[in-house]
Amino acid sequence: MPPAVILKGISKKFQQTTLRRDYITLKSLFLNPFSRKGRPKDEARVVFQDLDLEIPQGISLGVIGRNGSGKSTLLKIMTGIYKADSGSVLINGRVSSLIELGAGFHPEFTGRENVFINGTILGLNRKEIEKRFDRIVRFAELESFIDSPVRTYSSGMYIRLGFSVAVNVDPDILLVDEVLAVGDESFSRKCLDKMTAFKKAGKTIVLVTHDLPTVERFCDQALWLESGCIQVQGEPRQVIDAYRQEVARRDDLRIKEEEAVSACRGEERFISGTRWGNGDIEISQVRLLDSLGQERRVFQDGEDILLEISFQVHRPNPEVIFGIAIFDGNKTCCYGTNTHLDQLVLPPLPETGRIRLKLEKVHLIEGTYWLDAAVHAQDGHCYDYQSACRSFAIRSALKDTGIYRIPHQWEWDLTE
Amino acid sequence: MFSLIRQHIQDLYRYRSLVNSLVVRELKARYRGSFLGFLWTFLNPLMLLGVYALVFNIYLRIRIEHYAGFMFVGLLPWIWFSSSLLEGTHSITAGGSLVTKVLFPSQVLPAVKILANLLNYLLSLPVLFGFLWAMGIRPGWPLLWLPVIIVLHLFFINGLVLMLATVNVFFRDVQHILANLLTLWFFLTPILYPLSQVPPPFDKWVLINPMAQISLAYQDIFFYQRNPNEGNILLFGGLSLLLLGIGMFLFERYKETFAEKV
Repeated sequence: MPPAVILKGISKKFQQTTLRRDYITLKSLFLNPFSRKGRPKDEARVVFQDLDLEIPQGISLGVIGRNGSGKSTLLKIMTGIYKADSGSVLINGRVSSLIELGAGFHPEFTGRENVFINGTILGLNRKEIEKRFDRIVRFAELESFIDSPVRTYSSGMYIRLGFSVAVNVDPDILLVDEVLAVGDESFSRKCLDKMTAFKKAGKTIVLVTHDLPTVERFCDQALWLESGCIQVQGEPRQVIDAYRQEVARRDDLRIKEEEAVSACRGEERFISGTRWGNGDIEISQVRLLDSLGQERRVFQDGEDILLEISFQVHRPNPEVIFGIAIFDGNKTCCYGTNTHLDQLVLPPLPETGRIRLKLEKVHLIEGTYWLDAAVHAQDGHCYDYQSACRSFAIRSALKDTGIYRIPHQWEWDLTE
Repeated sequence: MFSLIRQHIQDLYRYRSLVNSLVVRELKARYRGSFLGFLWTFLNPLMLLGVYALVFNIYLRIRIEHYAGFMFVGLLPWIWFSSSLLEGTHSITAGGSLVTKVLFPSQVLPAVKILANLLNYLLSLPVLFGFLWAMGIRPGWPLLWLPVIIVLHLFFINGLVLMLATVNVFFRDVQHILANLLTLWFFLTPILYPLSQVPPPFDKWVLINPMAQISLAYQDIFFYQRNPNEGNILLFGGLSLLLLGIGMFLFERYKETFAEKV
């Protein structure tokens, strides 16, 4: 079977003028005649350079990547809305693209009238739409609204109708651009069900999304796009892992940069929203290490995590307490402890030093977590408190729920 | 070049049902929500005619027999022409998500504007006939020329709109220039005055204007009840086909960039 989509040597660049909508107008010429705006030739932004991509038939491919990495442009090139500067696009089969739902809907017209126009735009003829009409309306759950003008629809209803028409075109290849995020939960599930049915029918799906769990659950293959280059293509789990680590690395870099900037300003006291304290003792660095001593951001379920807090003493204090806390995405505290609670008495601190805490066999459920680190006096007086100073992710093959996996075991006694 | 033109026509033909439904929608949308609704198709030209009749018949007292009827004959095709040009030039830049997010031949958009206005013109013809009839003017056999004239006029308009719509994507000034230019063009075209009123040597120059050639043809068959000047028709037809060819070529040549520029 030939691949559904073959892209060969695709290059695409945009003139910066088109991107910035920076037209040369008489006014701009008049106001600063020597501005560089007049010469847009040298300001081209390359989106793709010699991109090769093959999508086998019957595969659902999840395309992930940061904003502006070229995901939507890729879809538009596949659809044919954008023409590549060079290279060839080969598509085997009928394409329906869900880049814009309800394209060409006219607010003054009823849902019924708009279904017919929208369907025609997507390439159906009148008879085909009539045949599918009931199915479309039922799927969109708009039976009682189909004869009211679309302008009276809520945005969810609008999207539902648009999606419903688009998927009922019966394409061989479905291109979806971040549309499942809209609509309520039950409809999102319905969309996914519909797409699963598509998949079962052997159709090809290309899904552009930031919703990584959906990619992992739904797609056979994932593709990570970074500044127009295919970073990794393959098994969704591995691609997503690699992507998450990269995101964590970037976040890390950004945080470090911010720290460097604030250090340059000579801020001795930490009064920002995420850091406070009088600065007598300063936490200079917090690192997350694995059992080999490598700094990591993504840990597997059940791994040991070593927290390393580097400190610097500016003014010695007796009775110093170090503490940490772990929060999940909902700001629920999963675990928190400190040296005092663990009944440790620290010896007098040197000027600089490190203190480590080994978390053994961490069975937090899969997700992203935030770490707070603090050093304070016994009376609660804060020297340095850093809220959400590090984030890390836990990956797991098990999809159980809650916060922490309590070590457990099932047993049964089935004999009477 | 010819393969591009063939492509242009084929795509338009393939999407004819979309053109159909969009034209119908365009006409419905125009008057939806208004109290008089579709009656405006007839009322609009009549009111415009009323204004001109007041100025030229009563205030300026132009002495031409059945002057209102004469004006009406030329005014209706001009309205078709000028509204198509204005709306058609806009059609790509105002196409929004239809241009940037969906794949379908974008020549559908200007074609819809032109055809909707043509339909408007055709629908106002009964009013024109009634008006002329009331004045005692009964157009006869020369009316058989009407389909030919309309088709040639359609080619002319379509060619011009395709060019303007393409250029307008890159220079948005076109739509503003056009609006002003159309006023000038209107007065240079013998619509409010017959050609015989133009003193020499200007009467020779008037016919350089293709809209004058076609306007005279409309007047011939409706008002003077005679066959139009075949030479003029031939000239206009040739020019229209040329314009249409250039328009289609230009449009096809640049349409792939529309999605990025709009």
